[in-house]
Amino acid sequence: MVNLTIDGIKASVPEGSTILQAASEVGIKIPTLCFHPDQSIKANCRVCVCEVEGNRLLQAACAMPVFEGMVVKTRTPKVLDARKTILELILSNHPQDCLNCIRNGNCELQDLAQEYCIRENPFEYKVRGFEKDFSTPSLFRDQDKCILCRRCIEACSVIQSVNALGMEGRGHNSMVVPTLGKALIDSPCVMCGQCIHACPVGAIGEREQIDEFLAAVANPDKVVITQIAPAVRVAIAEEIGMMTGEMPMGTFVQGLRQIGFDHVLHTNFTADLTILEEGNELLKRLKEGGTLPMFTSCSPGWINFCETFYPDLLDNLSTCKSPQQMFGALAKTYWAEKMGIDPSKIYSVSIMPCVAKKFEAARPEMNDSGYQDVDLVLTTREIGRLFRMSGLDFSKLPASDFDSWMGKYTGAAVIFGASGGVMEAALRTVYEVVTGKTLEDVNFVATRGITGIKEAAVDLDGTVVKVAIANGLANARKLMEQVRAGESPYHFIEIMACPGGCIGGGGQPITKANVKRVERIEAIYVEDEGLPLRKSHDNPEVKTLYEEFLHEPLGHKSHELLHTHYHPKNKKFL
Amino acid sequence: MAEEMRIVLRNYGKIDPLKIDDYLAQGGYKSLEKARAMNTADLIAEVKKSNLRGRGGAGFNCGMKWSFAAGAQADQKYVICNADEGEPGTYKDRLIMENDPHTLIEGMAICAYAIGATQGYIYLRGEYPFLVSTLNTAINQAKEKGLVKDFDIEVRSGAGAYVCGEETALIESIEGKRGEPRFKPPYPPSEGLWSKPTIVNNVETFANIPVIVEKGADWYASIGNPAYPGTKVFTLTGDINNRTFFEVPTNATIREIVFQFGGGIPGDKKFKAVQIGGTSGAFIPDALLDTPVAFDSMSAIGATLGSGATFVIDESRDIVDVATRIAGFFEHESCGKCAPCREGTARTAELMEKINEGRGSNKDVALLEKLGTVMSYSCLCGLGQAAPAPVLTTIKHFKADYEAKFV
Repeated sequence: MVNLTIDGIKASVPEGSTILQAASEVGIKIPTLCFHPDQSIKANCRVCVCEVEGNRLLQAACAMPVFEGMVVKTRTPKVLDARKTILELILSNHPQDCLNCIRNGNCELQDLAQEYCIRENPFEYKVRGFEKDFSTPSLFRDQDKCILCRRCIEACSVIQSVNALGMEGRGHNSMVVPTLGKALIDSPCVMCGQCIHACPVGAIGEREQIDEFLAAVANPDKVVITQIAPAVRVAIAEEIGMMTGEMPMGTFVQGLRQIGFDHVLHTNFTADLTILEEGNELLKRLKEGGTLPMFTSCSPGWINFCETFYPDLLDNLSTCKSPQQMFGALAKTYWAEKMGIDPSKIYSVSIMPCVAKKFEAARPEMNDSGYQDVDLVLTTREIGRLFRMSGLDFSKLPASDFDSWMGKYTGAAVIFGASGGVMEAALRTVYEVVTGKTLEDVNFVATRGITGIKEAAVDLDGTVVKVAIANGLANARKLMEQVRAGESPYHFIEIMACPGGCIGGGGQPITKANVKRVERIEAIYVEDEGLPLRKSHDNPEVKTLYEEFLHEPLGHKSHELLHTHYHPKNKKFL
Repeated sequence: MAEEMRIVLRNYGKIDPLKIDDYLAQGGYKSLEKARAMNTADLIAEVKKSNLRGRGGAGFNCGMKWSFAAGAQADQKYVICNADEGEPGTYKDRLIMENDPHTLIEGMAICAYAIGATQGYIYLRGEYPFLVSTLNTAINQAKEKGLVKDFDIEVRSGAGAYVCGEETALIESIEGKRGEPRFKPPYPPSEGLWSKPTIVNNVETFANIPVIVEKGADWYASIGNPAYPGTKVFTLTGDINNRTFFEVPTNATIREIVFQFGGGIPGDKKFKAVQIGGTSGAFIPDALLDTPVAFDSMSAIGATLGSGATFVIDESRDIVDVATRIAGFFEHESCGKCAPCREGTARTAELMEKINEGRGSNKDVALLEKLGTVMSYSCLCGLGQAAPAPVLTTIKHFKADYEAKFV
């Protein structure tokens, strides 16, 4: 342990700690902007500077290691003056339109401007006047707001290994730009949206589509239906000031009805369906010598990644559409027929923890129902805004239930929201299908958690199936390199583009630290434990769907509506 | 009266730089042989005792720096020569490399032996492409003669960024990244190139080493100012009669540099100010000219010795205009990594232009002083910390010139 004094308070912290960590131990908050708890130290914003006795220069608290006998002062006039001047410099070319900003009220720069009482900025205000990048259907970039902390670059390159963002120019002409200064859509961007979580300000955000939703609700000719992804419920609570996982499902459904949805259904229904289709696809590949290992295909950021960086491995991808798109295709066919609703009148909205889903829904091949299968994708954050706009008090709302068709689900579907969940759900079903035995303990604990790469082996009556799970695309890349080299020992690989899986998706409440993702994962498994049915093939509505409509997994109808194909992106920079 | 004394330029004009035999005839590579006969701890102790301090600008004790790298455990260590020489008005390193490249190679090889490195780099200023072949010829000759058999040196050219003279930006550049400084600690002697222990020394620093090994630490420590012993090469530019270079002991005063060696101001004009150490140096008025040029005495008057570039301006020059141009230089050369430098250099340039064009006021001058002061202790690297010095020192010593600009 190292002993030091911070603002007169004695601290004893492990060797290698920084001033920032030590100060936090004794209850002193030092402001930061470029610091991110799960990233490397950058020390470029300089707002965390402190005085260290014996040193003329101020030291960046985020980077400066403590030493025995160190005396730190975090709020001398010299320090406060430096911090305030640096903030004024940053703010002097940052657009002053907080009221219109997507991050209004959730912005690290806004918070500091408030904390440091920035009133009249002595520097002449000069906005740089870049054009905003709306080239992708998932994300926008507003270069003027960028404070060049570079957290997005690290999220994109280190966590996701996508390298769509980098630095260009020098000095005050430096910019964070997509590859070679192209538009985001022409870069290798996979639209996972992890850069949104990394951004301390409003320089990157989701393509907000609240107005489209409100217009559909206002249109009397439209039947507005929704599906909710499993990761949304655990996180939506954070958007309205509740604890992670605290929003009861019934209240959430009531909230959705209040904001204008005519029918509230569940993506979990098609998550269960995915397991039957994908599980059978795996068994078929195992039996008939198909391409292995098979990769899951639920995560659209991952699909974009595979199409961009591993076009040679597209045959390994399961042909199953994601649960969102299976739902979309069924809603305007099976469900419309069953409900007696003209499918041309259905406006199908999905509520997703994901921004890549906006791109996925807009793919030209996603119209097997004869219409665009999913009309609109709203993220968890957008739903949070709609809830706030509607003035709902969730502590008082009476509960409601999902609609009867395509609203039932099992615990196996719920865990799709966490990394390893698809794998665990598949194993629960595949085991029983292959062995004919009842699975006594449905919990495959080895598949769970936020660890980047997990692996497990399951004995299916003598056949050992080896599986691997990766979350975060840099981890996915490691498994893909193995496959490409012909050295992958696995039969089945689950990949989720985002760290932690969908609970850490790019459309979730802004998540600075991985600890928040872990909380959400825990909430997912609590929900799974509490459900009476925990195996996808036990879902009664899915059984009915097969009886009435699809007839069998991988059958003709399934192929028409529930399966798809992939396209190499062939981008020029590769 | 101070007299010129040539240590690092000892072979200047005496040898053909492309002929290693010329260098050998002057006793070249004898010091390397002598060093290799010593144990490394004694060698480093000798360099430390000579009190040779880095000639790149930071003035750190060279032997002390070597001892950190020598003590670090690693499978690979590196020796880098900082030959980026980007300070406008500075060409001392060029003089050494152009006229006596082997003295640099010998100095680097001694360092490599001392710390246990087998690979070296010369990071050469991008504007010195004509020196690449001179250096490579010298390196190959030394190799062929078997003088540096277990030490390889590669010449790497910079791409013209001023900031790459900062040692960690230089390291990033060699690694193929954007030339941007790293935060310190860790310092390069513990974690430098490719995260391995690395010594980065200036050309002039390395050029001193063979002589120190040859003549001993005590001899060296007795030259010039005891706290910053040895000699320093000065390159003189601007309104001065002798626009040339001199190597003088470090106890010479600024006045001696300007008026004795430099021969004073041409055309019977009066001296206005001198900027020492390069573009980020302080402007020094007449009243402070009797200050010795040694590192610490310069610090005491808020100036730096830096690279030894000496830029003189006479009474006819508009010092606010000069400072404005310098502010523009730093706006252009800031790498953009840290906020106070990136934004601060741009704002400084903007405010200086405003004042220079007659649109300024005392309020602008006060803001410049505040901004410059904050930058001087908040920026990530030496570039941002030093960039405000010309503005701050001209405001301090020549306030009336600023006020004369207000309309």
